[in-house]
Amino acid sequence: MLRTVRTVLLWEIGVGLWKTLVYFFKPKVTINYPYEKGPLSPRFRGEHALRRYSNGEERCIACKLCEAICPAQAITIEAEPRDDGSRRTTRYDIDMTKCIYCGFCQEACPVDAIVEGPNFEFAAETREELMYNKEKLLANGDRWETEIAQALAADAPYR
Amino acid sequence: MMVFWEGYALPALILIGWILLIVVPLLVGMALLTWYERKVLAAMMLRKGPNVVGPFGLLQPMADGLKLLMKETVIPSGANRAVFLFAPVLTFTLALVAWAVIPLGQSESGIWVLSNINVGVLYLFAISSLGVYGIIMAGWASNSRYAFLGALRSAAQMVSYEVSIGFVMITVLIAAGSLNLSEIVLAQQGGFWNWYWIPLAPMFVVFFISALAETNRHPFDLPEAEAELVAGYFVEYSAFPFALFFLGEYINMIMMSGITAVLFMGGWLPPLDVWWLNWIPGPIWLGLKIAFLLFVFIWVRATLPRYRYDQLMRLGWKVFLPLSLVAVVAYAGVLLYAGWLPA
Repeated sequence: MLRTVRTVLLWEIGVGLWKTLVYFFKPKVTINYPYEKGPLSPRFRGEHALRRYSNGEERCIACKLCEAICPAQAITIEAEPRDDGSRRTTRYDIDMTKCIYCGFCQEACPVDAIVEGPNFEFAAETREELMYNKEKLLANGDRWETEIAQALAADAPYR
Repeated sequence: MMVFWEGYALPALILIGWILLIVVPLLVGMALLTWYERKVLAAMMLRKGPNVVGPFGLLQPMADGLKLLMKETVIPSGANRAVFLFAPVLTFTLALVAWAVIPLGQSESGIWVLSNINVGVLYLFAISSLGVYGIIMAGWASNSRYAFLGALRSAAQMVSYEVSIGFVMITVLIAAGSLNLSEIVLAQQGGFWNWYWIPLAPMFVVFFISALAETNRHPFDLPEAEAELVAGYFVEYSAFPFALFFLGEYINMIMMSGITAVLFMGGWLPPLDVWWLNWIPGPIWLGLKIAFLLFVFIWVRATLPRYRYDQLMRLGWKVFLPLSLVAVVAYAGVLLYAGWLPA
């Protein structure tokens, strides 16, 4: 009997409508994305960067461990001894369309040269723009060095 | 020449002027309605909704419309071209045409309505019944299973709910004693307690729910059920024809809200019969009532899940039809017995 009365009076629907109305006035949880951004973990694996030492010397010693471990085979490295006898890369390419952002390259790197930085907004309009070469990666390193260094320092105690 | 000018051309121009005066705000209102729907829906889902294009995202519908206009109209190779292209035009036109009889307000010189015909309710009923043809034509001409199923569902649904809408309208007619929409509004004069939503409360609810079904809105949006029919009868439509369907559908929503406002919420009348509320012009009151009803349309969409097809049919034929039939008899009996029948 009560059940019938409730059905006829659309009781449940009324309760549901009340619920949505309450939510209508609640504060919104949306982050206003391009203007506001959510927090990123220090372990966040975004766009790749090749880092330098503070004297400007590039860190990468062309050991090719990253190339070897890369499960997507996105990294291509060619190396030659430089004029001063040190071993450096002549070519360091990452195909960002192949990369799966697993972070193995930065785990493998003995000198913290290749890292995945906090940048995730590197969408491009053409495929070619996503074939990163050494210049692009070094430029990324220069651009994001502060953030990368902070993230590495913050994560260091847990490694 | 003079006869032609004064007898035909001038009245025609004036008529076109009046039509534009109704249609242009309507189209703007429709554009705002898409924005309104997205905003209200977003708020109920704890989101913000469009807020980047223009102040509060108000220009978002313009951007969307522009996008649709710039896109390519794809006509499926198996489609019947003429019918395929005519269907959205029909839907759109029928949605607009109904507004000819909706009274918008009143002044000393008379009622503000394009054509004050004495069979206004019948006209509205006829137009809203014709609306189903646009959908059937679209579904059939697309030559696609999804579209066809959507159209079938839509046809069955609209036909089912029109029956109860018809009976609900009859109770209003009995109470008001006229088929003329302006007179139905005038019969509700004297404050919001005289509006028919209180004496005819069950009919008001039945009418509103049927209006949801009639406009293919949630929770009765089976014809365009995204989950199973992709988009229902307009799957194959793109660019401008799609925009026309979209326009037609939203104008239909405004129209059903308008009819509800006229039949049950006193049309252009202010809620209280006092001078400072009477001073606000009728179209604004009507607009406010329509805006409120549209809010409920969207509110219901945010709240209820979609009906199953058999539930929809059960509600239409086994609940609303007997209910409205009994109500017609009951209201007529009470009015006759108490001697409240309008002369």
